[in-house]
Amino acid sequence: MSRVRVLAGTRKGAFILEADGKRQNWSVSGPFFAGWEIYHMKGSPADPNRIFASQTSGWFGQVIQRSSDGGKTWETPGGGPEKSPEGWPKGESNKFVYDTSPETGAPLTTHQFYDGTQKPWVFKRVWHLEPSLNDPETVYAGIEDAAIFRSTDGAASWQELAGLRGHGTGPQWQPGAGGMCLHTIILDRSDPGRMYIAISAAGAFRTDDGGKNWKPINRGLRSQFLPDQDSEVGHCVHHVAMHPSRPGVLFMQKHWDVLRSDNAGDQWHDVSGNLPSDFGFVIDVHAHEPETIYVVPIKSDGEHYPPEGKLRVYRSRTGGNEWEALTNGLPQSNCYVNVLRDAMSIDSLEDCGVYFGTTGGQVYCSPNGGDTWSPIVRDLPPVLSVEVQTLA
Amino acid sequence: MIRVVIPPHLRTLAHVNGELQLEVEGRVTLRAVLDALEARYPMLCGTIRDHVTQERRPFLRFFACEEDLSHQSPDAPLPAAVANGTEPLLIIGAIAGG
Repeated sequence: MSRVRVLAGTRKGAFILEADGKRQNWSVSGPFFAGWEIYHMKGSPADPNRIFASQTSGWFGQVIQRSSDGGKTWETPGGGPEKSPEGWPKGESNKFVYDTSPETGAPLTTHQFYDGTQKPWVFKRVWHLEPSLNDPETVYAGIEDAAIFRSTDGAASWQELAGLRGHGTGPQWQPGAGGMCLHTIILDRSDPGRMYIAISAAGAFRTDDGGKNWKPINRGLRSQFLPDQDSEVGHCVHHVAMHPSRPGVLFMQKHWDVLRSDNAGDQWHDVSGNLPSDFGFVIDVHAHEPETIYVVPIKSDGEHYPPEGKLRVYRSRTGGNEWEALTNGLPQSNCYVNVLRDAMSIDSLEDCGVYFGTTGGQVYCSPNGGDTWSPIVRDLPPVLSVEVQTLA
Repeated sequence: MIRVVIPPHLRTLAHVNGELQLEVEGRVTLRAVLDALEARYPMLCGTIRDHVTQERRPFLRFFACEEDLSHQSPDAPLPAAVANGTEPLLIIGAIAGG
């Protein structure tokens, strides 16, 4: 029988939640990396036992962890205390150095700070890890200050795909409230050269040549905090989702507005429809119904909690515009949690499971596409990210 | 033998308990001790000082012999009591956050 493994990153460690295909009885293990912020964990589609984790701390900076046994044990790739035949390991799995080489890199330049002045790029942390679709040794990292890195040796060392930062619009990029982070990386199974990324607050970008060249794909986005609302860059994209069977169709939760593109991001249009608020962070797509999408509306950019204190997932079966509230099993009074941008995930079982985590420490599961919900756990530290693996 | 005490989270990361003991060749400076520490425990690279600039991470301090050595040159000699192993070098996390 199939199983699911939910990877929950929290403010104070990582947790792994496992169940069989019924998704009723759960085992909980953790905390792993207790006391550290776990921004994101994700398993390799090519080898589900290979899991990568981003472990960060204001004191000690960035650490990358890797498991090769489904999360039972972890190592810092290339950073073990044992001496290898080639000498001491370099301990570079947490070394993210912007590429300024004349051959492959680009001038570091500056980006816009909150106050409108220019600041140099400085590495802060890894927000998102996206394992390759077919190689368990290859993984991409989205970092703050915004850039994309790739490792081809199982996260032991990292190289920047500098064409993104070298696009030339960097001086117009600016940090959102959480920092200037590259938080979304989408790989296209139908086209190995195509990749999408999103940055708060620069917008969405696409490459069609494996990361050498990038173009901003923000036409149709409007942002009141920009002097030119139709600017090519500078938009605060919160998350983007794509169904693997429809690689040209993208769904976006922006700072405000839920949007859709049917041409790989070249043009977006608003599909917020009847949502009670079109502010939010997460967005995801049903595993088997590419026009069924999910968001969790949040009241506003100044009030990061659900409207009316009711925690509601909204589902559209029409690819947007027409939304229904999913409330069965979710608190419908006095609920003031947030659901952060990487804290929703979808399994691929026949009855598609939907999962999300809250800043109140709950991880909810719906084993039936959102019709009913129940908490897997209620009292974790604030949840930063949720990913689910569907296991044979 | 140089004695070094690192914060609990870094002990967990390095899979060690308690105080560390390191061989340091030549002059015993902060840089030499940190070089030896990172060579023995490569997973600590980047957690105490920046990979590239070698700057001390801002929320960490270096204490020894009841002195704050955080702002002295990394190439200045450490106190004799640290160099001869009588006293440990303490790497301390700032009291901040939760």
